[in-house]
Amino acid sequence: MSLYYVQKYLFELNRSEQVQSAYEHDRQAAIAAFANQGATFTDREVQALVQPDVGLLFHLGVNGQILMHFAAFHQIEWQDYLQQMRDGIAEHGPVQEGVYAVTGYEGTDAHAADLGHEPRSEGTH
Amino acid sequence: MALVYAGICSHAPGITGRADQADPAVRDSFYAAFDQMRLDIEATKPDVLVVIAAEHFANFFMNNMPSYAIGMADSYTGPIEDPGWLGIDKVKVPGDRTISEQLIRHVMTQSDVSYAEEWKFDHGIMVPLHFLTPRYDLPVVPVNINCQGPPLSPLSRTWQFGQSLRDAADAMPERIALVGTGGLSHWPATPDSGKINVEWDQRFLKQWCSGDKESLLAHSDEATYLDAGQGGFELRTLIAVAAAGVSSTGVPAQGTVHFYEPIPIFSVGCTIASLKFA
Repeated sequence: MSLYYVQKYLFELNRSEQVQSAYEHDRQAAIAAFANQGATFTDREVQALVQPDVGLLFHLGVNGQILMHFAAFHQIEWQDYLQQMRDGIAEHGPVQEGVYAVTGYEGTDAHAADLGHEPRSEGTH
Repeated sequence: MALVYAGICSHAPGITGRADQADPAVRDSFYAAFDQMRLDIEATKPDVLVVIAAEHFANFFMNNMPSYAIGMADSYTGPIEDPGWLGIDKVKVPGDRTISEQLIRHVMTQSDVSYAEEWKFDHGIMVPLHFLTPRYDLPVVPVNINCQGPPLSPLSRTWQFGQSLRDAADAMPERIALVGTGGLSHWPATPDSGKINVEWDQRFLKQWCSGDKESLLAHSDEATYLDAGQGGFELRTLIAVAAAGVSSTGVPAQGTVHFYEPIPIFSVGCTIASLKFA
């Protein structure tokens, strides 16, 4: 897995109108061009970036502070963004890598239990 | 004394971007506290506003991540986010390269710091500016502490950095206002977004208000992550301000919390506080 490059591409996309234009014109080609500069992606990662699949990207370990901007770029409403991440965890399993995995993040319910909270209903915030 | 104001505030993007989804009474009370903070800053007639922020991968990435960075430009732009999503139009924000450079040179005598002549503001700075300098007519010096991409700087170094900023400010003729902006407990941009640990927040604010160095520096990242979420790592910005509040004779400033209220749709316990210098 190449989480580093997935996040780096999103970092560039989030802050650069030129990268955004290229992505909007041809997502697959834009990501391929980025890969040609030395980045490595798996087919699954490319698919998640192209679709876009917010849930899969979160499962792979993309930092929410990067993913949030990507979702906003795609005009994904806040509640839908949160739900897509929950769906990603439900479908693919716990976060695999990155800041949320480092200290054992295992998903919303497990995290709530750590805090002594009841699992939160979906979409309440 | 060239440091004329020191305070802290929240910066979550929902504060402006999801304003219509919050309880109007609570939201408006929070906005009023922000307005009062602006008036308090303006009353000190600052030459520059130094904002210690915890940017969210707008300028710095893991290919070259400074633990501490200070902007050194005559202007900045922001927000990087979609203006409709954030509720803040794209603007050019004035800076002051000369003041920045003086500040950086002073800080460098005590702390390692990077400088950046380009800086695109994200919500971490734009949301506070939206309330504190709504006409964008006060030069801003952005300061960043890496709170997003571990490994993160130890809190002891953050304290030292805050003291370095204070010493630098005191050595300069300009009147410098300082605002630190970061979350208390929050799980921003994750499925847990909206969760707020009020007890943890209030305990931290009590430590912050008393300038209790020992307690402030006792927060480990592991415990913070569990109790306050990854957003809690941003406590570094607040600790730096507490350190800046310590006088040259070692007397900590006393803080006052002007507003604290958990607003889940804003994803954070919304906070406005300031220090009164000894």
